[in-house]
Amino acid sequence: MDLFSKIMGRQGPSSKNIAKERLRLVLVHDRASISPQILDALKEDMLNVIANYMEIDRRGTEITLNSDEDSVALIASIPVLKMNRSSQNSQRSARY
Amino acid sequence: MGEVIVITSGKGGVGKTTTTANISTGLASMGKKVVMIDTDIGLRNLDVVMGLENRIVYDLVDAIQGNCRLKQALIKDKRFENLSLLPAAQTKDKTAVQPEQMKELCQKLKEEFDYVIVDCPAGIELGFKNATAGADKAIVVTTPEVSAVRDADRIIGLLEAAELRNPTLIVNRLRPSMVKKGDMMDINDMIDILAIELLGVVPEDELIVVSTNKGEPAVLDMHSWAGQAYRNISKRITGEEVPLISLDADSGLVSKIKKFFGFQA
Ligand SMILES: Nc1ncnc2c1ncn2[C@@H]1O[C@H](COP(=O)(O)OP(=O)(O)O)[C@@H](O)[C@H]1O
Ligand SMILES: [Mg+2]
Repeated sequence: MDLFSKIMGRQGPSSKNIAKERLRLVLVHDRASISPQILDALKEDMLNVIANYMEIDRRGTEITLNSDEDSVALIASIPVLKMNRSSQNSQRSARY
Repeated sequence: MGEVIVITSGKGGVGKTTTTANISTGLASMGKKVVMIDTDIGLRNLDVVMGLENRIVYDLVDAIQGNCRLKQALIKDKRFENLSLLPAAQTKDKTAVQPEQMKELCQKLKEEFDYVIVDCPAGIELGFKNATAGADKAIVVTTPEVSAVRDADRIIGLLEAAELRNPTLIVNRLRPSMVKKGDMMDINDMIDILAIELLGVVPEDELIVVSTNKGEPAVLDMHSWAGQAYRNISKRITGEEVPLISLDADSGLVSKIKKFFGFQA
């Protein structure tokens, strides 16, 4: 550290923290690469769970892993054909 | 039946070969029967680090293709008769060895040796697949740098995909003074990010260069910090508990680090 920054106090985050943050971001992206087989399996499992609550259009379903600047999101678009009455009931009974 | 351990990293130059030489020599000095395999075809290195470069007649490819008997390709170490090296081929084609053949080779070797230590080339191509094919365990080497840790993360994913679960981590070339200043990631940072078990920490040490110049692994040098770290790691591999003392950036860091590497503070 030079004299100036000693007097002024350290400017900004330490380089270690910069390294950590850059590493975090880069790994978010690296780790987000998921094999099509796994994504398919995930889709199957998810749709089966959702099908317990509503009637959905399996064919029209789209699931993707979206990464932008500093985050990764699992985005699903699942067309709903009909809500099951039973799911409303169970919700109500849960509230009462 | 022995154990096959692959030393890998993804990135080149982080210390795989240094680690292979030191761990193997460390284990041999504890009386274990050890063989090292250099799988870096075309970029033979381990022989030089071990000071055995003048003794090579046959190599890994010869042994696998049956140009010689396996025993003939094993080079005995100068210092320990229970330590041998199977050198990489220097001039042959990289595709001369396939994973199936490596698996078979490791299987044969572990019937006779307590430890088969495999030095993996950089990268994630055929060389990586060959080196990991016959392995029972994996040790991932990294340095405290963004690029090296990133590659280590990728390698850990590939190891798991190859059913080599729970690899352990060696952090090499740590500089305590830089960690203290906040200019180098510390051990906890890396363990947090990679989420794997720590096997050991090896400090940056000029004596590694000296030992490589001489062809004598630093693990035998009682004055070397890195050597002490490798002695501890070798013991941990045999199941001995050598405590890890956690580093923190507070006062007394240097004495803590000394203890961490096994020195008296
Ligand atoms: N702890 C250390 N301190 C100082 N130099 C080191 C240390 N570990 C490795 N080196 C040096 O770094 C270079 C690369 O090491 P090497 O083991 O050949 O890496 P890799 O096999 O992963 O490519 C070598 O010159 C070696 O002497
Ligand atoms: Mg190497």
